[in-house]
Amino acid sequence: MSARNRELVTLLLAGLVASAAFASAWIQSTSAIDYGWVPWAALLGGVFVIAHIVTRATVPHADPTLLPLAALLTAVGLTFVYRLDPTDGRKQLVWVAIGVAVYSLVLLWLRYDYRILERYKYLFGVSAIVLLMLPSVPGLGQRINGVRLWVEIGPLQFQPGEVAKIFLVVFLAGYLRDKREALAQGRLKDFGPLLAIWGAAMLVLVQTSDLGSALLNFGIFLAMLYVATNRLSIVAAGLVLFAGGAAVLYNALDRIQQRVTVWLEPWTDDKVYCTLNGALEYRQNCDSYQLVKSLYSIANGGYGGTGIGKGTFQTVDGTPLIPYLQTDFVYSALAQELGLIGVAAVLLLYLAVVARGMRVALIAQDGFSKLLAAGLSFGLALQTFIIVGGVLRLVPLTGITLPFVSYGGTSIVANFAMVALLLLVSNRAVVTAR
Amino acid sequence: MNPQLRRVARTAMGLIIVLIVATTYWQTWARPGLAARQDNEIQRVAEFQVRRGLILAPARVLARNRAQKRGGKTFYFRRYPQGPLAASVVGYSTISRSRAGLEKSLNGILTGTDRALSDLVDQQLDHLTGKPIVGDTVVTTLDLQAQRVALDALGRNCGAVVALDPRSGKLLVMASSPTYNPNLVEENFGQIDRIRANCQPAAPLVNRATQGLYAPGSTFKVVTAAAALESNRFDPDSNFYDPGYCTVYGKRVNNFDTSSPFGNLTLAQGLQHSVNSVFCNIGKALGARKILEQARKFGFYERPPLETPDVERYPSGLYRNHDLWFPKRDQDVDAGRMAFGQERMLVTPMQMAMVAGGIGNAGIVMRPYVVEKVVSPQGKTVSRTRRERLSRAVGPVHAREIEDMMVSVVQAGTGTAAQIPGFRVGGKTGTAETGVPGRNTTWFIAFAGREGRRPEVAIAVALENQYSTGGATAAPIARQVMEALLRPAANP
Repeated sequence: MSARNRELVTLLLAGLVASAAFASAWIQSTSAIDYGWVPWAALLGGVFVIAHIVTRATVPHADPTLLPLAALLTAVGLTFVYRLDPTDGRKQLVWVAIGVAVYSLVLLWLRYDYRILERYKYLFGVSAIVLLMLPSVPGLGQRINGVRLWVEIGPLQFQPGEVAKIFLVVFLAGYLRDKREALAQGRLKDFGPLLAIWGAAMLVLVQTSDLGSALLNFGIFLAMLYVATNRLSIVAAGLVLFAGGAAVLYNALDRIQQRVTVWLEPWTDDKVYCTLNGALEYRQNCDSYQLVKSLYSIANGGYGGTGIGKGTFQTVDGTPLIPYLQTDFVYSALAQELGLIGVAAVLLLYLAVVARGMRVALIAQDGFSKLLAAGLSFGLALQTFIIVGGVLRLVPLTGITLPFVSYGGTSIVANFAMVALLLLVSNRAVVTAR
Repeated sequence: MNPQLRRVARTAMGLIIVLIVATTYWQTWARPGLAARQDNEIQRVAEFQVRRGLILAPARVLARNRAQKRGGKTFYFRRYPQGPLAASVVGYSTISRSRAGLEKSLNGILTGTDRALSDLVDQQLDHLTGKPIVGDTVVTTLDLQAQRVALDALGRNCGAVVALDPRSGKLLVMASSPTYNPNLVEENFGQIDRIRANCQPAAPLVNRATQGLYAPGSTFKVVTAAAALESNRFDPDSNFYDPGYCTVYGKRVNNFDTSSPFGNLTLAQGLQHSVNSVFCNIGKALGARKILEQARKFGFYERPPLETPDVERYPSGLYRNHDLWFPKRDQDVDAGRMAFGQERMLVTPMQMAMVAGGIGNAGIVMRPYVVEKVVSPQGKTVSRTRRERLSRAVGPVHAREIEDMMVSVVQAGTGTAAQIPGFRVGGKTGTAETGVPGRNTTWFIAFAGREGRRPEVAIAVALENQYSTGGATAAPIARQVMEALLRPAANP
């Protein structure tokens, strides 16, 4: 069976699973067995069939699993966003369509040779920095939940960090391919630009108070640097620099301090100072309210989960229990309703995407392609780790999206663009290998 | 580049594996701990989706459910058809103020979580098919008619009435005043907050029957008398001389009425007329620890057993700086004053009902209980409380002697107001003065039964802030309640 036919079959399987999930969410919310979910399933299915056709036309030899995996994750996300808030669900469906349109455009645009991107590496690099700084521009940036992540232009809200991440990977892939020999020799003068990147990361951190985004971008940078140079010492030095910088900033930024405190000690037996209202409160009722409620939600899932649509996200009198549930905390909704079995399956889907992405990097022929695929895949893994790890209290909690699943337009579009890039690299690798 | 790529790939996949491990931790190991946390509202939501078992008095419903659909889920909220009548025992189960009383202590039974494994499997099947969990029904031993009489008799006084069947330990009446309507706890707590009574603070949510710690006054003389007889150094005919006062540590402690000293009298007469000097001298002779050991046999220094929450039952005994205290040496306590119920002795009405019951039941204190049986939703009796001996407080002969002394108190002593024609009633009055008129705590403890039979009822009545004596204030209430229990038809 050809790669594309396998893709189509897998896509159909994913469609079946997703339809069942969405149907049960629908039936639970309407308390009646009807077929209102069918148009949704058809719409989403149609969108991915179009994606498949475009893929077939542009990158026929590319990896057959990435699109179905992305489609399934997207469908799970859509199911949960719809289940938590049907209005957001409708918007999310539109965003998925836009995401697939962007995916198709990227494939069509770069179908002959994506490596032209390398020519514009500095443009991408500068754009990445500009995008990252955008939320801190007065009048443009929106501070939500104490973190500057959003840009508002008219009615459009936009999370530039999601796009910046991809731009950064493109830039680094190009730049590191050029400089990898020089860097590997470890002469100090070659590290100027890297120190500049470190400085930029710190600056962004100060400007946005967003530890998660800084950690993500710097982590991608270190991983790619390691792949390019094969020098662990450089990675170690980078980590030390980042940790040092973060430690200095820790004392300067209340926001980060608070996040770390919440992470280390979410429950207190005595009332402590509450940064939200300045009064004395138990921390679980104040600063760590969100994290603690989310952990309760996860724990409530147990092995098998409550079932889709049957989880508890509201108190008895109907007030929502967890703020930002559809975005930052969508994982705790998944964990409660799908249980350990379901949510482990979802994490394995991410694992599969990462594994396939890394495989693309392995079989790619040239340095730029390898670095590009590795950077994108590692970025996906790290982003998943930072947000899910934050929700699971493995690392301090930071507000970034769970790829493909969280509610949020920019995130969806950026992730589909990322899949398109991986497929482009994959297609070329297979073709040249023949 | 491939070797380092492989390493990065392994790291990336390792990150995801770590997430699976961490999720496993929270969903399995940490799960019970998180579910038990007070601020876990998910648990609360789940609890209100359970159709709690009913709480019944033999023929009446004390607590039932009202179903309400909210956001696609069916919730069950509690209603208490009898209003304030049994509030101090039943308590409440609410969202905003959690639980109290049997609703709190028997939550596991009422929500069906205490069931045997096979039943739990059925429960899980019901859960899968979307049926609500139904808890077990609790049947109490309360006599609502007498309970009503007790609450009415207490009126606007602060205080409590506890009545037991001394033969079994069955709790018949537990009334605390002022009380509250448990239906208002969720909906209109302000109204409960505004309740006023003859004491400050009125504290209607406090169950004074088991949480009210009062000076026992002369009712403690029953314990002292028991210690005296059990020491074998005294008998009911032991002679005393009453000068109208007793000297302890060089100070004079007066009788209640100093104007007419009794002169020569026996121990039995001392109890009948509640003569302080007699018991003061016994106390000095026996020492504090001996008397406290006797008190302990009646159940002092332990929370009185009952199915209500532990925190709602206080132990009786000597208190020092708000802590229960058992003296290590006799000289740490003024035994003379303690012997007639002063010093730092604090007791609950529940404990004093157990003292009266112990005497009435030939010296054996039965373990008090209020849950008659637990019944499954299918009507099967899951468990039935068996009567059980708590302790032997006094030997049978001495118990009989004290019983007779207490009967003479009612026949021709300080407790004549408690006489019930046709029944044999024994009792002891108590008036704990505070030195401020209108601030006496008055007591009456008693037992009653048919002539020639073991007493069927034991009772303790305590009233706060009284001007008069226990014989004048508490004894009539005890009589009314005992009469309601002994002659149900007399109080329709």
